[in-house]
Amino acid sequence: MREKLKSVLSVNDFRRKIINVTMISLIVISSLVAIFPLLSVFVFVFQKGFSTLSLNFFTSLPAPVGETGGGMAQSLLGSAMLIGLASLIGVPWGIASGIYITEYGHGKSAWFLRFSNDLLMGIPSIVVGLFTYSFIVAPMKGFSLLAGSIALGIIMIPIVSRSTEEILKTVPEHIREAGLALGISRYRVILNIILRGSWGGILTGVILSVARISGETAPLLFTSFNNQYWSGSLTQPISSLPVQIYTYAISPFEDWQKQAWAGALVLILFIFTINVTVRFIFRKNK
Amino acid sequence: MNKFLVSFFIMVSFTAVSFVQMTNAAQLINGAGATFPYPLYSKWFSEYNKQNPNVKINYQSVGSGAGIKQLLAKTVDFGASDAPMKDDELKSAGAPVVHIPTVLGAVVVSYNIPGVSTSINLSPALVSDIFMGKIKKWNDPKIAAENAGVKFPDTAVTPVYRSDGSGTTSVFTDYLAKVSPEWSEKVGAGKAVKWPTGLGGKGNEGVAGVLKQTPGSVGYVEQVYAVTNNLPVASIKNAAGKYVQPSFESVSAAAEGALKTMPADYRVSITNAAGATSYPIAAFTYILVYKKMNATTGKDFVQFLKWSMGQGQSFAKDLAYAPLPKSLVTKVEVTISQLEF
Amino acid sequence: MEKKRKDLHIGDKAFYWILKVMAFGIILLLLAFFVLLFKMSWPVLSKVGPSFFWFNDWNPVTEEYGALPFIFGTIATSLIALFLSVPISLGAALLITEIADGGFRKILGFLVEMLAAIPSVVYGLWGLFVVVPFLRETVQPFLSQHFGFLPIFEGAPLGVGLMAAGIVLAIMITPTIATISREIFLTIPKVYKEGALALGATRWEMIRLSILKSSVSGILGASILGLGRALGETMAVAMVIGNRAEISASLFSPAQSMASLIANEYAEASGEMHLASLTAIGFGLLIVSLFMNSTARIIVWRVERKYRGTR
Repeated sequence: MREKLKSVLSVNDFRRKIINVTMISLIVISSLVAIFPLLSVFVFVFQKGFSTLSLNFFTSLPAPVGETGGGMAQSLLGSAMLIGLASLIGVPWGIASGIYITEYGHGKSAWFLRFSNDLLMGIPSIVVGLFTYSFIVAPMKGFSLLAGSIALGIIMIPIVSRSTEEILKTVPEHIREAGLALGISRYRVILNIILRGSWGGILTGVILSVARISGETAPLLFTSFNNQYWSGSLTQPISSLPVQIYTYAISPFEDWQKQAWAGALVLILFIFTINVTVRFIFRKNK
Repeated sequence: MNKFLVSFFIMVSFTAVSFVQMTNAAQLINGAGATFPYPLYSKWFSEYNKQNPNVKINYQSVGSGAGIKQLLAKTVDFGASDAPMKDDELKSAGAPVVHIPTVLGAVVVSYNIPGVSTSINLSPALVSDIFMGKIKKWNDPKIAAENAGVKFPDTAVTPVYRSDGSGTTSVFTDYLAKVSPEWSEKVGAGKAVKWPTGLGGKGNEGVAGVLKQTPGSVGYVEQVYAVTNNLPVASIKNAAGKYVQPSFESVSAAAEGALKTMPADYRVSITNAAGATSYPIAAFTYILVYKKMNATTGKDFVQFLKWSMGQGQSFAKDLAYAPLPKSLVTKVEVTISQLEF
Repeated sequence: MEKKRKDLHIGDKAFYWILKVMAFGIILLLLAFFVLLFKMSWPVLSKVGPSFFWFNDWNPVTEEYGALPFIFGTIATSLIALFLSVPISLGAALLITEIADGGFRKILGFLVEMLAAIPSVVYGLWGLFVVVPFLRETVQPFLSQHFGFLPIFEGAPLGVGLMAAGIVLAIMITPTIATISREIFLTIPKVYKEGALALGATRWEMIRLSILKSSVSGILGASILGLGRALGETMAVAMVIGNRAEISASLFSPAQSMASLIANEYAEASGEMHLASLTAIGFGLLIVSLFMNSTARIIVWRVERKYRGTR
């Protein structure tokens, strides 16, 4: 009887052990499958883009179709300008919204604001581009740096608002109360005491949102359009790195495709450097 | 540390934005449209800029459809299209729009057939059947019938078309509608049509890209796109019954006939032209401007247009386009001189 | 002393109102999206009504436009993406929360987040030059040879199409699903897990009983969020989907999604109907993304609330 019981139990045990090992292996494998594309993208972008990275790439304007020797200089600058201007729109608005929700928001209205923020964040970027075209480009009768920045700014606002909110939430209540108890006006409490301590975190959120919009292509397709030249004006089309990468990638010209890879390399190096640096700094601050 | 980051960040955005104020005296003229002439136009704008550093012409190759639309929306200074604007499009413009023919080009049928690197012969019926999806494999007897001695593989036929609104499509479907009643009835002609089967590519560039990478594919592109990508080009049977390769001579021959009956606004179709040496799928391509141009950009652009009729034409042949016939150039120069700004 | 208090009052009020306007401005912005896009879609919606969304044709020559082929393309690619991504994301999330330790856990978490940082256009580039040729030359011929009788593997191996788009999308939504699943798993009270282990469960059994079972609605929320992301993805899809407005049963067939259609055709739509139709599709995307997001947030929020008290 005992022998029988033992053998039944051990068979069951054995089965369970096999299932355990199998499932754990599957979990490990699926994680590797998840990570593999990251490595693949990096390897390919490096392999195909590295050799095209040269001083020429960073400083030359595009050459006529079919000729080699062109670069993406104006796209790099264009992206910098688009991001700079978009930040001027998105960052103050986002931070202001985040502060309001945390410091002044209460109950249902705060919940509704957070919810709307999440909804705005979830709108596909192509729809943002559509909206900006109808709202800015069509009435202005022209593609422009301004329109492109507004589109990117709209994408930035909810991201910055969210991250600001997350940081401010961690500030202990007693700091606010202490400040107010000292007779300091509320806005000074927020500005000088709460924000001073949270600057690092807020800046982290801002920089991460910059990394995010630096890769956005769809909203720029019909707002900032593209430009073969250096652009110096708010109301003229301007080139950008992601749009240029897209244009070159779907072309048949090998020189252009190589430049697309190089551009992609620059883009992901930029994004990753920001991500890694910010995390490093943030960790230190803690 | 934080203060440093903040000030650095502010500095960077500031510098970026202040570049905005670095407007030099250069004139930026914006245009958009056809991918068909893009290789030539980009050469033109580059050369003209070398000679006139103050004038920068920013042209985006986004397709004839987009070119017309952006011109109508007045978001660009000039448009470009191989498909002449239709009457209702001209009407919706509000103000008179002028078509300036710039050069002649050929829409070629190019393909990627494993093992076949030479030019194959295609009759109009065959072209229509292929793009209708009626011919499924390259070793179909119908194709073999016109190409004795060529070994075709047992690969599926995949037509490639333009996914964007295209003048090249307009020319190609215009030709097909002329030579195939079935095509005319079932599909029709236009800048964008409902293709019975196949894959879409964005711009002439996109189609050429797909052709290069997809074995068994066959598509229609402007000649230079096939040439620069080492893609073979089919010989098409013309109205006179001869198989013709696209070339400067055959394209110019196609335009010859139209010259006698050229309307004042230059809107013509020269597909399936008569003549033993004519290439059947040739077309003019146009730059589109309002008769009354913008004061700031108009003056410089008109100068450029004059240049395009002169020195510009000398660049055409090297890039597989055909320069405009001399008699036409004279007429166009008159039209250009009538533009106001 | 009196003067000082008055100043403070004004400063406070001004500050408060500026912030309030900006915060509520977000709601205004959302409304503006809704109103403007609806207004621009009006020409086609007033003509054919909601049947626009199930009309199966897109013909610029006859000016007949219907969104069905693109709704199909969007849904098909997104479902393929979900099908591939959910098991992988769950696996990654479980590895991070339950199996990996300390440093390894941090590295893995970081890697998953980095997947999210790669821009869509770079995924598109990689998809076009790595995934598509791989499908065209290896995977699809193999499937065609051995399983070609199945309708989902019918047709010529082109590389581009539903399969390629689905695979690229799957990779792109994995970080979303994995990160939220990870958060859900972390809210499960330790007691549940330790209890199961104490009773002699194997690691997998503990995972299955304590974690997965209790997280079903949370995982559902995460998946819906991932789905929402997939529906709106534009560039990567536009570069590998094949650009064909057609409904087909085969995974090999080219297609077109709502977002990639807009990217391809918007810049050139000049006929009133064409433009309105494209905007109507954009409007449809807006509504669907808002809906997906709200649903997912509510579900996830509910799950997190359920366990917060019992920590």
